[in-house]
Amino acid sequence: MALTNAGVLQTLQTRFGAGILGTSEFRGDLALTLDPQALIPVALFLREAPELQYILLSSVTGVDYYGREPRFEVVYHFTSLEHAHHVVLKVGANEADPHIPSLAPMFPTANYQEREIYDMFGIIFDGHPDLQRILMPDEWDGFPQRKDQPLVYEEVAFTFNHDAIDAQKPYADK
Amino acid sequence: MAIAEPKPQISLLPVAATPARSGAFPSGQAIAAAASEMEVPSPRQIVAANKRRIQNDPTGEGSMVLNMGPHHPSTHGVLRLAVELAGETVLQLAPEVGFLHTGIEKTMESKSYQKAVVLTDRTDYLGPMINNLSYALAVEKLLDCEIPPRAQVARVLFSELTRLNSYLVWLGTHALDLAAMSVFLYCFREREYLLDIFELVSGARMMTSYIRPGGLAYDLPAEFKPTVQRFLDIMPSHIDEYEALLTENPIWKERTIGVGKISAADALAVGLTGANLRATGVAYDVRKLFPYSGYENYDFKLVTGTQGDTYDRYLVRMAEMRESVKIAQQALNNLPDGPYATSDRKIWPPSKEEITYSMESLIHHFKLWTEGFKPPVGDAYVAVESGRGELGCYVVSDGSNKPWRVHFRAPSFINLQGLPHMAKGQIFSDLIAMIASLDPVLGEVDR
Repeated sequence: MALTNAGVLQTLQTRFGAGILGTSEFRGDLALTLDPQALIPVALFLREAPELQYILLSSVTGVDYYGREPRFEVVYHFTSLEHAHHVVLKVGANEADPHIPSLAPMFPTANYQEREIYDMFGIIFDGHPDLQRILMPDEWDGFPQRKDQPLVYEEVAFTFNHDAIDAQKPYADK
Repeated sequence: MAIAEPKPQISLLPVAATPARSGAFPSGQAIAAAASEMEVPSPRQIVAANKRRIQNDPTGEGSMVLNMGPHHPSTHGVLRLAVELAGETVLQLAPEVGFLHTGIEKTMESKSYQKAVVLTDRTDYLGPMINNLSYALAVEKLLDCEIPPRAQVARVLFSELTRLNSYLVWLGTHALDLAAMSVFLYCFREREYLLDIFELVSGARMMTSYIRPGGLAYDLPAEFKPTVQRFLDIMPSHIDEYEALLTENPIWKERTIGVGKISAADALAVGLTGANLRATGVAYDVRKLFPYSGYENYDFKLVTGTQGDTYDRYLVRMAEMRESVKIAQQALNNLPDGPYATSDRKIWPPSKEEITYSMESLIHHFKLWTEGFKPPVGDAYVAVESGRGELGCYVVSDGSNKPWRVHFRAPSFINLQGLPHMAKGQIFSDLIAMIASLDPVLGEVDR
């Protein structure tokens, strides 16, 4: 039995009607915008329902739609190997309080990816085992992939000017 | 010395049997069970666990934390591992990454679509053409544009040559880590030939930027076919040579069989893809399941292993090298003539001759080189099979001439999460074999 976008949408809508805030189809990919509270039940259902079997959480990534509310969006790409089908989940997070439930306890593959999204966008994943920066240095101030993060030239630190550069850093007076 | 006929211990599934077969993949419940017992610790957690263990053990000999890397020859780049050891046994470990982070995804947001291609080379620097392809396919999905057959076939051909290039470096460094020096030298000898081919078509040995949204950067040169043919003629005998040195080698088998074992359910829970996943017996290859660039037209086998250990990963990659040669040969035989890029003038600039007599062409040329094209608003995710696994490219367009967001689903980054699970309870010296067989490229991990 091959999965179709319409079939998957219908299955999910009958089960999680209220949790699905919107759906879209672009270039053949089905994308569902979810209420944050519905994320974990939908993700587990996608993986474990016998007729769906989206056993691989391919990718988790964040996008900053600056100037729009909810400003942030976390995008999950699920793959069903059995049925050769993709489905995309999207969850929005507000600028003032960007919180999203973490999938990392149930999907270990999301662990590093959620840490990267936290590192780059400052989205807090509630329930993550150890949410901390992964790519940027721990003492970095700000979230570099936010659209309002200023693009500046960083002076290269050598032994002779290291202290002078350090004194100008945002964390210097802390 | 006569070269022994290699005996593959792995299953070669025929083409017809590969699409969805019931029971071939672990069920969602099995993966959920595996995931509930799996940990992906961070270095901070390792240090905390070590402190707890020392406090509970008055002799203070319970365990120690060893920092391996970031400058260690066997970590394949600037990878640091915080390893908690009890004697020589690994209790747990945590990879620490980010030393090579250069903000490639952020930089791409400030370049026009066509100019951002050069940055894709620099993520996985052993597979530049496949990176180019993943980005090109994602942008083309946004644009919804047709690619002429010559470019399609050339893309498949270069994907396979790049895969060979990346596997040769994997094999050479893997063997070198386990003290087989000559394999390393042989692999780099053949890799040199491949880099010459890349230089012939693109002018650059490593940072090729050859596959671009819309087609190829330039047409293939006249001497391309015979050069690649010479390489494809000699390559199978070289693969025999590597296999004669390693496959039945007792030391090699001792160091790899049963080392770094991972089950199919665990591998899927932690997101392993590529040869690392196929070695556990899961028949997932993006080229078969979601064919792109016409992969459905090529006759090749999907190679799977059974044990999921380092030796099986080795066997799977060796068999895939032979399959890659086969695909490249089919592509070279069927390379059609014709245009090498799309004829859509809103995406690809016209030729020089056209500009001399057509005003529209001149305008198109000017607009494309100053401003670039503008895909419609939307987002697209495209996965391709790179040398390391499922390389996904996610591009968001806001309708302007620059991508709003580009993200790479970097297989090295995600595969690295499997290392703590593989290494648990194993001997420290086997950790070296595991890192090499996972085959991370730190440029791609950190982007």
